[in-house]
Amino acid sequence: MTATEHPFAHLSENQLAELAREFDAIHDQVRADLGERDRRYIKGVIRLHRQIAVAGRALLLGSRSKVAWTAGTGCLAIAKILENMEIGHNVLHGQWDWMNDPCIHSSTWDWDTASTAAAWKHSHNYIHHTYTNIRGKDKDLGYEIMRIDPHQKWHPAYLAQPLYNLLLMAFFEWGVAVHDMDVEAIRAGEKPMKDVWHDIKGISGKARDQILKDYVGWPLVSALAATAVGRLVHREPRSRARVLADRARGRRRKGAVRARLAAARAEGAGTFAATFWADFTANIIRNLWAHSIIFCGHFPDQTYTFSQDEVRDETRGGWYVRQLVGAANITGSPLFHLLSGNLGYQVEHHLFPDMPSSRYAEIASQVREICRRYGLPYNTGPLSKQLGTVHRTILRLAFPGGKVRPKPGPYRGDELERAA
Amino acid sequence: MAEVGMRPPASPLRRRALRALRWLFTPLRPDDYLELINPLWSTRELRGRVERVEPERGGAATVLIRPGFDWVGHRPGQYVRLGVVIDGVHHWRAYSLTSSPDRADGLISVTPKRVDGGVVSPFLVDRVHPGEVVRLGEVEGSFTLPDRLDRGLLFVTAGSGITPVMSMLRHLAPGPGLRDVVHVHSAREADGVTFGDELAALDEQHQGFRLELRITGEDGRFTPADLDTLCPDWRERETYACGPGELLDALQSHWKRHGDAGRLHHERFQPIVGGEDAEGSGGTVRFAHRNLDADCPPGTPILVAGENAGVDMPFGCRVGVCHTCVLPIREGRIRDLRTNAVSEKHNEIVRTCVHGAEGRVTVEL
Ligand code: FES
Repeated sequence: MTATEHPFAHLSENQLAELAREFDAIHDQVRADLGERDRRYIKGVIRLHRQIAVAGRALLLGSRSKVAWTAGTGCLAIAKILENMEIGHNVLHGQWDWMNDPCIHSSTWDWDTASTAAAWKHSHNYIHHTYTNIRGKDKDLGYEIMRIDPHQKWHPAYLAQPLYNLLLMAFFEWGVAVHDMDVEAIRAGEKPMKDVWHDIKGISGKARDQILKDYVGWPLVSALAATAVGRLVHREPRSRARVLADRARGRRRKGAVRARLAAARAEGAGTFAATFWADFTANIIRNLWAHSIIFCGHFPDQTYTFSQDEVRDETRGGWYVRQLVGAANITGSPLFHLLSGNLGYQVEHHLFPDMPSSRYAEIASQVREICRRYGLPYNTGPLSKQLGTVHRTILRLAFPGGKVRPKPGPYRGDELERAA
Repeated sequence: MAEVGMRPPASPLRRRALRALRWLFTPLRPDDYLELINPLWSTRELRGRVERVEPERGGAATVLIRPGFDWVGHRPGQYVRLGVVIDGVHHWRAYSLTSSPDRADGLISVTPKRVDGGVVSPFLVDRVHPGEVVRLGEVEGSFTLPDRLDRGLLFVTAGSGITPVMSMLRHLAPGPGLRDVVHVHSAREADGVTFGDELAALDEQHQGFRLELRITGEDGRFTPADLDTLCPDWRERETYACGPGELLDALQSHWKRHGDAGRLHHERFQPIVGGEDAEGSGGTVRFAHRNLDADCPPGTPILVAGENAGVDMPFGCRVGVCHTCVLPIREGRIRDLRTNAVSEKHNEIVRTCVHGAEGRVTVEL
């Protein structure tokens, strides 16, 4: 296998140091400018999420109706996507800690997914964002179950990776939760049993809460609401006075009562099931979406991976460039960027993980300008292209061999403007 | 972690109802949705809404706040931690409450004076708008009137030291409270006396209230010795003093030497913690999770004891205002280094910067 040409081999130590200064300056300039506008943004997104969630749950109270089911499931899926991507992921990165708001703070936040906030902050914020794309150190390269880079040694187990991938897509949140536990370290006996136990307790606590809420609680609420409404609507055509009189004389039309009870039970059970499946569907949609966006972050053809030797004695400039070429963006509309938690700006996010996500779009042109001047690649493309190359790689590398895909080379400015 | 407002003393019933529903909203809480309707309904932290802002003389302003309905009230002379959002960032400061607790409209007020180069006071004086939501912390302070007023009162205040006393005067004025009160207040300029008009009106309306206004620019600085002429029977009175540190130090030594130090009550905005003549026996602090014992001599805050032993302790203001330093005490007796009150704690959260150990104390850290 031929080693890929290092994408920044042409930069001298001095140039790397200068580049680090330029990136630091972008960071500092944004940091100094953060204020009321940014607070309004994140508070707005949080409010939007909660309103959509309420709308979704309310619609699902009538989940026997097809229209309400579809609209409710859609709302719930979007709410969960917003909550995980633009809110949860970014708050847990500490992007909003500067507000000093105890309710929107990485130390207090928890999110609607199976990973505990603490385990995620370790495996993602620390391990992945520090050792990004370093083979053998960044556990997000293939999530320990897939061969995503031709440098990884092949093993027959990888033959089934297209299948794992499908399962992972559908149940991504659970995959991530288990991944956070660092299965490899457990297998190698490197992780103390005490910590493993702690993680298991954390995940099972969250799993219980999630299941209780989505698959017991809300279906039950919907069922109760539907039965109550059913009773109100399908009143017997007797006057109130008549009912009381009948009751006083102990004359209850037993058959009718029984029939009504049975109908109510059927109504309730039907609604329970409908809401159950709505919640299930919303979770799957959220998982598919999160999986797609996140896999496009580092696995499209354009990105580089690194051996541990290549990053020995890495300088700050080297770190920045590794983040830059190890990540890939997705082009899209502002709405797309909101729903993807601004991870369409994966490059900017990796350069500045603690910068409020809403600022990535604003600094993107400065980042591209630096790429152009230093002759560095700026990886980006539409979702269809990025996702296509990701899945092709997963299929191809299930089999032995495979070559590093050709890279786009240095960013030349106009290309991207044309593409956009 | 960032500072939080006070946990409102919501009724157990309301809390239980919210907790029972919580599993439907996990990982959020029902509160997070109720807040969408009215941010004052939160049971996470006590909040209030700015009702109006009235400019006062001397670069101050009175900010009138409608507290959430869980507000517990205050005793005149106490202060509250106030959290405001300025340019997107939460800031916290402690201010004396200047309102009487008996206000019919239920509003509370603070009266900050603009500190040039400051962050919070210029915001409160010049920029805050009615409708703004603020966060409210615990009401604290032992600078309060005696339960029974069988003795004359003497107030000695300077500058913005008037604020806690204003709450006392407003509370006393409607009843027979101002029967025998002398108030010595110093200010730099005559037309910059915060609450000047209200004080003059009290002086006029109440036979028993005498205001001695010292304008330091003209009359020179007030010294405790002046009391012999301004208020010859000062020894007999319960005295309440609030102002700059030097004034309080001077009063304290004057009372110690020539009067009864037990009758002088004072409020410092920067409490002296510990110091030479610290009381108590000290003790040791056990950091349960680190498996480490730290020596905690008399007068030493648990915070400092931990730091000296190499523990990475959380802290903020270090004077008992911000609550950044709070830690759960598993068990043990602690001494409040400001009031010297000793109390026994069992799984309670305390501010480590103003509490020392009294014997063996175990901390969850
Ligand atoms: S209360 Fe601020 S550090 Fe203790």
